[in-house]
Amino acid sequence: MVRVRGLAIGWGEVTLLRDVSFDVRRGDVFAVLGGSGCGKSTLLRNVIGLEEPQAGEVDVGGRGRPNLAVGRPAFGVMFQAGALFGSMTVVENVALPLRQWSDLPEPAVMAVARATLGLVGLKGAEAKYPSEISGGMKKRAAIARALVLEPELIFLDEPSAGLDPVSADALDELILALNAGLGLTVVLVTHELPSIFKIVKRCIMLDKEAKGVIAEGDPRELRDESDDPRVRRFFHRKADEGGAS
Amino acid sequence: MTADNATMPPEAPPREGRARPPGGHRLKARVERAGRTVTVSLEGRYTFDDAPALWSRLRRIVWLGRRGRAVRFDLSGLESLDGGTAALLAHADSELRQRRVETSFEGASERVERLLGLYREDRVTHPRQKARPPSAIEELGRATAAFFAGAKDVFGFFGEMVLSTLGLLKEPRTGNWADVPRLAERAGADAVPVVALINFLVGFVMAYQSAAPLRQYGANLFVADLVALSVTKELGPLMTAILLCGRSGAAFAAELGTMRVSEELDALRTMGFGPVRFLVLPRAAALMLAAPALTLVADAAGIAGGLFVGVTSLDLSAGAYLRETRAAISSWSVFSGLLKSVAFALAVTLIACQQGFAASGGAEGVGRRTTSSVVASLFALIVIDAAFTVAFQALRLS
Repeated sequence: MVRVRGLAIGWGEVTLLRDVSFDVRRGDVFAVLGGSGCGKSTLLRNVIGLEEPQAGEVDVGGRGRPNLAVGRPAFGVMFQAGALFGSMTVVENVALPLRQWSDLPEPAVMAVARATLGLVGLKGAEAKYPSEISGGMKKRAAIARALVLEPELIFLDEPSAGLDPVSADALDELILALNAGLGLTVVLVTHELPSIFKIVKRCIMLDKEAKGVIAEGDPRELRDESDDPRVRRFFHRKADEGGAS
Repeated sequence: MTADNATMPPEAPPREGRARPPGGHRLKARVERAGRTVTVSLEGRYTFDDAPALWSRLRRIVWLGRRGRAVRFDLSGLESLDGGTAALLAHADSELRQRRVETSFEGASERVERLLGLYREDRVTHPRQKARPPSAIEELGRATAAFFAGAKDVFGFFGEMVLSTLGLLKEPRTGNWADVPRLAERAGADAVPVVALINFLVGFVMAYQSAAPLRQYGANLFVADLVALSVTKELGPLMTAILLCGRSGAAFAAELGTMRVSEELDALRTMGFGPVRFLVLPRAAALMLAAPALTLVADAAGIAGGLFVGVTSLDLSAGAYLRETRAAISSWSVFSGLLKSVAFALAVTLIACQQGFAASGGAEGVGRRTTSSVVASLFALIVIDAAFTVAFQALRLS
């Protein structure tokens, strides 16, 4: 579903990441893990076509590197803070891509948008503005907006960051349900351990010092079996284990 | 061991009304020198109130620090210290080590040691590299590079806008037309009172200022000609554009800048929307519709301002003033002003939206870009106005 080979990311002479390669299979819940500032979100932005990598190949859904300027997008994206449009109500936010990319009449557009909001547990919040709903609801609404065009693949940037444990768990349940129920392939960027162990099937781990991938596989196996002190530090929440990297 | 208090600044006396340290302990910091070793003994309890006196004492010690010397902090008499004073001690330690002075903390209680440990940097410090100020050539080079980078962004944005406009002409259905009436109302109808008032005052002031010299020649009536021509050809469109720049241009820059830093523009792109087509073209259309309408209001208000002065101060009748105004202006003088207003509106939208799209770094970045958009727009308005004047003269249209 997603194939990345030898990706190098940086600005001018500054290198953030180099030689990043990974594959995301259809139906995966795949995570990009790593500490703050290691380039997780930037990697995501490069994969989805928002930024130009210095080198390497990206293929999303067999269409090559995404060209966002052309045609209907093949995937949905949820940004960290939701990125809902403040001048529109929640349901108008969700209806926006449908209006652009479908020939549905307006009542049908609104019906689909409302149903998608119901799918993510936001029934009753349709007429509210983003400023009137909580952070967790914003993220759910953003997921609804990303899902409304029925993509097979969705990218989520820090879905549970900044949420209380109950809201974060509910969001994890939603992601699992979408993965199982709709067969949705999910690529997420996160460093929330409870989410990682609950929903992620495969992952790569980035490291700021190594400027690249330091581990790949099932996060539970990495937690239990990896000898790499950087991986152990991350999974065991120990800042001083194994010395400084 | 000899006491060296004479070289140290005296402890700052407690200011009047300043709280005494908790427990009423007398603070004490002794500095003694033996050979190349300076011993600093801290006693009692240190709180943030003692920080200024401690800071000046530590600065003196750091200033005296030289390679090969040693500073020993004797903390055996120190009962407690807070985070602020611990930070000052850690900072002095770091500075001394950068000057290759050996430092040690001795006799600290477990609690004091733990707190100091949080602030002290245990890694080996290196001498500070003095930042070299950039040379004039370097600064010139940087400024030139920044200018060309900025110009590239502006031209890139303009090119994107042209392409988006062509795309929209091919597929009008894909335009964000729904936003145009709302934006036009905000930029146009909502601005009518302020545009009318400002231009009324412009006409009023112009008539008043010109009345005295014209009266000397018995040419009172020509005040109407002066006001009518100035307002319709120059001041009406220009003042309207300046107000649009301050109201709508600044709002566009701030709105789009906020969308940029909150990733809303990225979200639009990932949904297959061109931000220029979706956000900029409706704003350009709204402003280009609103500007001529507002300019007509401005023309009428300016003439009304002149009429008020003519009737109240120049002994002119309203009928005579209006007949003279009608004779002075042609349909071209009004139309040329409207033409200018459309160009002004386009320039204000382009600059504001480009600046908004270039915002980064949060609220400060948005504020900076909003300011830049207003300054650049005002400059552009004057340049465009001058260009129109020269072009009309050259084409014998004035």
